[in-house]
Amino acid sequence: MESRELICIGCPMGCMMTVTLEDGRVTAVSGNTCKRGDVYARKEVTNPTRIVTSSVRVDGGELPVVSVKTREDIPKGKISEVMEALKAVCVQAPVQIGDVVLADVAGTGVDMVATKNVRAAAAR
Amino acid sequence: MRQYDIVIIGGGPAGLAAALEAKKSGGQRILILERDRELGGILNQCIHNGFGLHTFKEELTGPEYAARFIEQVEKEQIEYLLNTMVLDISPEKVVTAMNREEGLFEIQAGAVILAMGCRERSRGALNIPGYRPAGVFSAGTAQRLVNMEGFLPGREVVILGSGDIGLIMARRMTLEGAKVKVVAELLPYSGGLKRNIVQCLDDYGIPLKLSHTVVDIQGKERVTGVTLAKVDENRRPITGTEEFYSCDTLLLSCGLIPENELSREMGVVMNPVTSGPVVNESLETSIPGVFACGNVLHVHDLVDFVSQEAASAGRHAAAYVAAEKSGEAAASSITVKPQGGVRYTVPSILRPQRMEEEQILRFRVGDVYKNHYVSMYLNGERLAHRKRPVMAPGEMEELKLKREQLLGCPAGSELIVTIEEA
Amino acid sequence: MKYDVIIIGAGVTGSAVARELSRYRLKAAVLEKEEDVCSGTSKANSGIAHAGFDAESGTLMAKLNVEGNQMMEALSRELDFPFRRNGSLVLCFSEEDRPKLRTLYERGVKNGVAGLRILEKEEVKAMEPNISDEVEAALYAPTGGIVCPFGLTIALAENACTNGVEFYFDTQVTDIQRADDGWKVVAGETVYETRFVVNAAGVYADVFHNMVSARKIHITPRKGEYCLLDKTTGNFVSHTIFQLPGKYGKGVLVSPTVHGNTLVGPTATDIEEKEGTNTTQAGLSEVREKAARSVKNLPMNQVITSFAGLRAHEDGGEFIIGEPGDAPGFIDCAGIESPGLTSAPAVGKMVAGIIAGKLQPERNPDFDGTRKGILNPAALSKEERAALIKEKPAYGTIVCRCERITEGEIIDAVTRPLGAKSLDGVKRRTRAGMGRCQSGFCSPRTMEIIARERKIPMEQVTKSGGGSGIILGTNKDRL
Repeated sequence: MESRELICIGCPMGCMMTVTLEDGRVTAVSGNTCKRGDVYARKEVTNPTRIVTSSVRVDGGELPVVSVKTREDIPKGKISEVMEALKAVCVQAPVQIGDVVLADVAGTGVDMVATKNVRAAAAR
Repeated sequence: MRQYDIVIIGGGPAGLAAALEAKKSGGQRILILERDRELGGILNQCIHNGFGLHTFKEELTGPEYAARFIEQVEKEQIEYLLNTMVLDISPEKVVTAMNREEGLFEIQAGAVILAMGCRERSRGALNIPGYRPAGVFSAGTAQRLVNMEGFLPGREVVILGSGDIGLIMARRMTLEGAKVKVVAELLPYSGGLKRNIVQCLDDYGIPLKLSHTVVDIQGKERVTGVTLAKVDENRRPITGTEEFYSCDTLLLSCGLIPENELSREMGVVMNPVTSGPVVNESLETSIPGVFACGNVLHVHDLVDFVSQEAASAGRHAAAYVAAEKSGEAAASSITVKPQGGVRYTVPSILRPQRMEEEQILRFRVGDVYKNHYVSMYLNGERLAHRKRPVMAPGEMEELKLKREQLLGCPAGSELIVTIEEA
Repeated sequence: MKYDVIIIGAGVTGSAVARELSRYRLKAAVLEKEEDVCSGTSKANSGIAHAGFDAESGTLMAKLNVEGNQMMEALSRELDFPFRRNGSLVLCFSEEDRPKLRTLYERGVKNGVAGLRILEKEEVKAMEPNISDEVEAALYAPTGGIVCPFGLTIALAENACTNGVEFYFDTQVTDIQRADDGWKVVAGETVYETRFVVNAAGVYADVFHNMVSARKIHITPRKGEYCLLDKTTGNFVSHTIFQLPGKYGKGVLVSPTVHGNTLVGPTATDIEEKEGTNTTQAGLSEVREKAARSVKNLPMNQVITSFAGLRAHEDGGEFIIGEPGDAPGFIDCAGIESPGLTSAPAVGKMVAGIIAGKLQPERNPDFDGTRKGILNPAALSKEERAALIKEKPAYGTIVCRCERITEGEIIDAVTRPLGAKSLDGVKRRTRAGMGRCQSGFCSPRTMEIIARERKIPMEQVTKSGGGSGIILGTNKDRL
């Protein structure tokens, strides 16, 4: 049996919660005030995931970089791999919100998509 | 002179939402004046997610949230001017502005909506002693450099202030390859969201030192380190608790100040607590027909509430323009008084005849309160008594009020908003 | 390289000397260890044109102060820098201190200060409503003024430069050696041969003096800390308010600046380190406390920045100007502490006079003593401003929103003679970044303009030269 301490992120209360696990399965959550804490705790100890946001370089755009995000949550443990995968990325303007800038980033099965429209720079 | 019914100063989230709602409410000839090179304001540099849960029921990044409004503004064909600085607004609502294409020009506005946003408290305003080398940035400046220009302003970073921008930047700089050594917070609690503390600091093992401040900045050309010290309950550094952190960068995230220079110069009455204008139920300032919303009115935590508030200002501005045309008379008013831990309310003046069915009163508390009640008293009679599990200075609170609760109360009435123990 | 005159230091004194020398046909150069003019003592002081009643009668300090003050107005017109004769008041808080006020008055009269008067409480209060109720009397000096120290120094240097004086920056003098007919001034790998050396090295003047003279001098950096308040406080006082040194020690001043801020300070702490321009908790508190004695309800919550400057205090407490006696051709401008800024134009004249007397140079027939400062669009009428933007659209873009500085002004600052190379250089020339947000919003834009105009990458733009780079890399470059 193992137990882990967590701070709930659901609201400003910030409940200190204790999650008890057995063979990687949650057996109990305590310290939470509401149901949201329970849901968050179970997910966070078994499969913590995050949306990763960053920016990548743009070629020929009105702006030098475009902001991006993982379209969905990715496993927390994959964050640094995702960042490294973005290092080599440079997209060609124009870019539209939702354009895939890197498919299946770091083998997560999730695409990295643009979160901003960048127009092509006016021809000089 | 050019004429517009409604001129909106600022094309950030507040200005955009105000414009759209003004249009929806029948407003014609609306113009947004934006000083930056694009619409969207500070949202453009807030590339993290977490925006729009209330408005769109989904989590968007800042630029995506802005884009939703910008698209509508384009669709509604609301006029806007970029790279345009407003230099002056007269009490008669003549707006003097400037840009490179049109030079200096004046616009006669029927109504003005102030939506200039806020700025960050600078090192100087914080009175941090030490040298003045390169490498001391406000968190927002660093955010712009990293997120909009792709530059890393530092490698080894100490952050003072645990407001949300400071926390977000701790994660951003870490992800982009910097080492964030510590986040120091003067107060005994963080002003940031719990979610940000967990996902921006804990995820990356960045320590948060509460009741700590920077007492010295070292380095003559570039920052070489800062000294942190613990502070006592009066926020004064305690001798002997100094601790040196070598770093090349100090980010400051120590509060936001509404940018009301234009408002002050035009003679708008200000609230010293919010540093924003005093407004009535219509979010109208002391100058009739001049409205304010968003961070220029009072600093918000969530953009969704900025949009909501701005929409209300837009609606009222459109109504003002319409009423001006019909010559409708003004109404008598109730004063809202914050008490017992409530620092301020927005609005602080209510004219029941002009209120919408439901009125939102936004406020902030001065300390952390657990299991306390928020109460409202109208001329001594309790109107509301609501339990809140927790209230903190970093989280804006709101109360809803029905117009019918206030209709018919005598002129000079007082509405008290206060915190009470269980 | 063979020079007639090498000036060490591009502060206000070195620049004033350079400008006066440029009236002659001389080959002169200024060597400055920093990247820009006005980077040491000249950039961090009270910005006061003192009337001249402080220094003991008969001293060089007293003489040059009064002369410098008298020259300032005409000079500000010739060289187009901000100066205003706002008058000063020295406050006296007790009956027992009245004799000291009287002494100051008499000294001032003797020094040749015009228009001095002792005012009683009511008169003082009428002139300055925010003055402390404790005030008993005050010495009023109508000739006291305020000047922009950057504006003055940069104007002098620019004018010297356009009249032929060379300026070398990032050039630290490491040695001075005697040569057959003058001196060899060594700066790292470079040797400048010269007939005359002018030592205008501020807090380092003793180092250079002691390299060449057996009659040693000693300069103590005397630190002064200041707080600068937002322009919203610009009318808090209209005169420069001094305190009579009394039982609470030497006081601090409260003064408007030529740009409409309020300046409070300085402290006076002797330190060892010649680069010790850090502010301290104690110093900033002292400024706050002492200022509260002069004025009521000073809005210290309106502080936008604080800074410290070092006065070059020589043990003798007097300006040391001229040849040391055992080093002919080496001319000191040492111990130039307050009223050094005020005296600078007179010091420049005096030193140029010494050199001209020895070399008997011809007049520079091309000398033009006038200089146009950076155009301030805010001073134009609406019509003029509109016309300007039409002609030069860069004047239509505001970069620094707090001080409302346009791109046009910043481009001018970067591209004019001795143009700005860094953010601080732009700030001192245009005020971009000097306002209430302290460059939070405009610094990325200003950096872009500097990079573009100087054709350097963004990563090479610095705050103040040397190792003061602002950007340390690009995103993910070390992942």
